[in-house]
Amino acid sequence: MGKLTGKVAVITGAARGQGRSHALRLASEGADIIALDVCEDIASTSYTGSTADDLAETAAEIEKLDRRVVTAKADVRNYEQLDTAIGKGVSELGRLDIVCANAGILSMGQLHDLTEDSWLEMIDINLNGVWRTTKAATPHLIESGGGGSIIITASGAALHGVQNIGHYVAAKTGVIGLMRTLSIELAPHRIRANAISPTNVNSDMIQNDALYRLYLPHIENPTREQFAEAVSTTHPMGIPWVEPADVSAVVAFLASDESRYITGMQVPIMAGRDC
Amino acid sequence: MAPTTTARLAGKVALVTGAARGQGRSHAVRFAEEGADVVAIDLEHGIGSVRYPLGTPAELEETAAQVRALGRRVVTAIADVRDEKQLTVAVDAAVAELGGLDVVCANAGITSAAPATAMTAEQWRDVLDVNLTGVFHTVRVAVPHLRAAGGGSVVIVNSAAGLRAYRNLAHYTAAKHGLVGLMRNLALELGEDWIRVNSVHPTGVDTPMMLNDDALRLYRPDLENPTRDDVAPVFSGVHALPVPWVEPVDVSNAVVFLASDEARYITGASLPVDAGRGLT
Repeated sequence: MGKLTGKVAVITGAARGQGRSHALRLASEGADIIALDVCEDIASTSYTGSTADDLAETAAEIEKLDRRVVTAKADVRNYEQLDTAIGKGVSELGRLDIVCANAGILSMGQLHDLTEDSWLEMIDINLNGVWRTTKAATPHLIESGGGGSIIITASGAALHGVQNIGHYVAAKTGVIGLMRTLSIELAPHRIRANAISPTNVNSDMIQNDALYRLYLPHIENPTREQFAEAVSTTHPMGIPWVEPADVSAVVAFLASDESRYITGMQVPIMAGRDC
Repeated sequence: MAPTTTARLAGKVALVTGAARGQGRSHAVRFAEEGADVVAIDLEHGIGSVRYPLGTPAELEETAAQVRALGRRVVTAIADVRDEKQLTVAVDAAVAELGGLDVVCANAGITSAAPATAMTAEQWRDVLDVNLTGVFHTVRVAVPHLRAAGGGSVVIVNSAAGLRAYRNLAHYTAAKHGLVGLMRNLALELGEDWIRVNSVHPTGVDTPMMLNDDALRLYRPDLENPTRDDVAPVFSGVHALPVPWVEPVDVSNAVVFLASDEARYITGASLPVDAGRGLT
């Protein structure tokens, strides 16, 4: 019996990357899954967006683990879509216990160079989208009555300023305040709220030319290897990035009753960065 | 809480100080449940300024019996974390017997209570010696063995008092705040050896260190002989989650997580297990 047997988890941004990894890890611990994703390109990002096929692949892998899964194309910028998708998932799977507000994007530019559209899209997805997700999910958590656990994907960038991603830093720092307030407001229902702050995670969001150039502005066409070498120096443990599974392990812990009195916390997955 | 799907510490050896009872025993037993062999250390007798009884060798044997009952090996040793030489001899012998060391849980801690200005020099010194210097000793003694194993995880049992102040506990608060600095520095210095260092910060835990007669009176000065039930509302009032204190196993679960490879890139972190105590 897994430590999440009988529970239901909703995950945003579940089509690939960290979101898919979280979905599979929670399913492997026994949870049924509501997997949501926008499944389209995002205007302000330079990397390709997720697809309906990606989301279907996540679902297929969950089914291989013998868990139930409900998928929906839902955009965290649209409250109605989230509310409908989560409501449908809960009515099909019977309850809701765990919320992974994972969906997020990354784009780049110095604050004074960013277009207003780029700023607004970032805030609307990485901050407002988290709030919309928790707003839509919370009534179901309360109604399910088993307490609950909200896990918000923040970032190492929530802990200090980072050049060229000021809008991302603002959104990620904002979700820390959102998380802290949720943890107080929902504690009487035994619903916990925590955040995870990973350093660079090995996913499409960081493995792209635009991000390599961010770290290596003096090189014309930096490679993955050059990026790895440069970013390794920022981690006392000497690694370039962590894997999605490393973040999912923390999600599984925070989702489970093993952390039943941990709330209002952010867990750094930083390989010693910022010690 | 039942062990989870897989033994997360199978094949590892874990050291626990202050293992005779309370949190230390719980950590030792949880390590064993997850598949680890255990080095269980505690001291021989009480400490001058501490008014509640400390763990005894007989209680340490009971911890060992509980580990053995789970089918794991255990080596016990009587050693005082204030005495680095004594600790070195004990740890080196135990590690030789069990064949290595992978996890260190620096748990041994004491407290007493007095306003800072009324605190005796002995009260101050005993708490600093055990709670701060004792951890420094524990980690120094263990590091050569962790390096020999190619890496490892150090989990320091800190306290909510490592992150905020509590009346009548200036020595304890100072020692525990100091431990945050020690933990961070160790994480920085030992990262290249693949040794991770983190701390857990529990709110009040249901152990003899916290729920003894002196402590009960401290929180309910209006009652002559207050009971646990009398102080529970006082403690519940400071937590976001409606509980007065947490159980040792709740801390152990966080310790096991940080000790395991599930936390392989988490180092230098302070993890509260505080029912939301630190939020307001």
